[in-house]
Amino acid sequence: MKKYLLWAITWGLIGIVLLMPPAVVVVEALKNGLGPALETLKDPDGIAAIWLTLEVSLVSISVNTIFGVLAAWLLTKYRFPGRSALLVLVELPLSISPVVSGLVWLLLFGAQGWWGPSLEAAGIHIAFAVPGIMLATLFVTLPYVVRTLVPLMEQQGCDAEEAAMLAGANFWQILWHVTLPGARVALFSGILLTTARAMGEFGAVSVVSGHIPGLTETMPLHIESLYNGYQTVAAFTMATLLAAMAMSAVLLRSAPEWIARRRGAQA
Amino acid sequence: MSVTVQKLVRTAPGSDRQLLKSVSLDVPTGHFVALVGPSGAGKTTLLRAIAGLDVCDSGTLLLDGQKVETMQDRARKIGFVFQNYALFPHMTVARNISFGLDVQPRGSRLSRQDRAARVQELLDLMQLPDMGAAYPARLSGGQRQRVALARALASGPGVLLLDEPFGALDPIVRRTIRSWLRSLHDRLGLTTILVTHDQEEALEVADRIVVMQQGLIVQDAAPDILDQSPETAFVMEFMGEAITFRGTLNNGQFVPDEGGVLPFPVAAHLESGPIDAMIRPFEIGIVSAGNAEKMLSPVSVVSHGARNGYRHYLARLTDRTISVSAPDWGNDSINFAEAGVLDISRARLFKNGLRVV
Repeated sequence: MKKYLLWAITWGLIGIVLLMPPAVVVVEALKNGLGPALETLKDPDGIAAIWLTLEVSLVSISVNTIFGVLAAWLLTKYRFPGRSALLVLVELPLSISPVVSGLVWLLLFGAQGWWGPSLEAAGIHIAFAVPGIMLATLFVTLPYVVRTLVPLMEQQGCDAEEAAMLAGANFWQILWHVTLPGARVALFSGILLTTARAMGEFGAVSVVSGHIPGLTETMPLHIESLYNGYQTVAAFTMATLLAAMAMSAVLLRSAPEWIARRRGAQA
Repeated sequence: MSVTVQKLVRTAPGSDRQLLKSVSLDVPTGHFVALVGPSGAGKTTLLRAIAGLDVCDSGTLLLDGQKVETMQDRARKIGFVFQNYALFPHMTVARNISFGLDVQPRGSRLSRQDRAARVQELLDLMQLPDMGAAYPARLSGGQRQRVALARALASGPGVLLLDEPFGALDPIVRRTIRSWLRSLHDRLGLTTILVTHDQEEALEVADRIVVMQQGLIVQDAAPDILDQSPETAFVMEFMGEAITFRGTLNNGQFVPDEGGVLPFPVAAHLESGPIDAMIRPFEIGIVSAGNAEKMLSPVSVVSHGARNGYRHYLARLTDRTISVSAPDWGNDSINFAEAGVLDISRARLFKNGLRVV
């Protein structure tokens, strides 16, 4: 009896808090039918927003994967002064409000910022331009790959790496053939979390982007503009697309576990 | 391939505690040496230093009289087996073994067929001919051990380093793999250095035993010499059960402090003064308390079962009970149920922990 009650409460909560909002978004988007909803996606500003989001996500994924692997390697395979400080610093973006992380970039690169005017004079635009959006997104997504890799690599220790070294492998061969395959599930998971976060980031990007439609609006920003302009169907259609993109990343994340379980069941 | 270690010093990272205090060791080609000692003695540290896994503060390492410069160079000459095997879990057994061959630079790498042949050769040698396609997770402890050994031997090294290789195995597998390892060593003409905390294991498998204590080598000798004449009280205790009798040396006579123990003459000319006599349980004799020894307050002796070809007894001295054993064969005339006095004339004498006789 208690079991069913618990089951009902859990699913009730999940239904209201997790499943209802996306459902409502989809329902709102399809209010006038599928045709008008798809029609709104043909708007050039909307298409620009989708492209920009994909670009930003791609850059975040590549930079974070490379940085994350190297940082996790450094943090787990070596002992050096300042290591624990670095471990805490990596998590900083998780604890800082995204708006603050956006403001930092404005303070540095804005028209009144520290380096803004001189860079501006040199013809380099960062604030209210795509580079600013990239920087803000990178900052916000920085912890994910590192934080998923570190606990696993910590637990694995250095034995396999040392064995590889004694077999005559060089640094890259060890990284590529021993460390990464050993940590691939965690790495994949970190990359997909990064993807979902990069696509959905609003706060930090909102501060640095300047909301220039067609130029510096990512999908979340464009959704806000549309919604504020009473273009409900367009806003919710874009929101459905964004939610679908981010959710597929999260679903993919559980794929390795699922495949492993299937394989385990067969064996 | 000979291994020469000269005055190796290693300090623990982040402190000034010395893990190795100027250790020198010379292992000629073909020798099988066991490094033994309690945990923290520096045996694994020394082994890792020879393998080049840890950087040392000073000292030199020579292989066949020559310095080794790069890790790649070292990899061809040294095979290392880790305590927990450190197999690559995502690779098959065959890939694990051929890893060291696969990562060679293109110029010096064997062809694919040659590498596969070499792997099969090693699998046969390890008595695992059909295990190439399995993953390490499927193997038993003893099989993993042999895969780790095959991986270490893949590049045909002259030196084999083993860090507590039998630690995780059950006693029966341990015994078989131990003698098998020894025969492998002889067959391949290897120079082997094995780290173990089990002196029995060392005595059985090695030609030479190096006893370490607190970052120093305290004795380096053949097993029988180590057993017969330990140089320090520590080595005496480490190599097997030992009982200490405190006493005084008086005009060439050892006089024990405790009652119930016979004094005995000491041949060598030594200064009189306090001294310790150490003896193994099976070297103690029990003499019936005759008329002359009545005054020595005889000790009572009770039987304590028989194991491994020995009968064991407990002898009650004034303040403690010690164990005494005697071979289970031979005709013993002494009735152990009675009281007697202990004959410890086969004891070795130590002064301040160092052997004097």
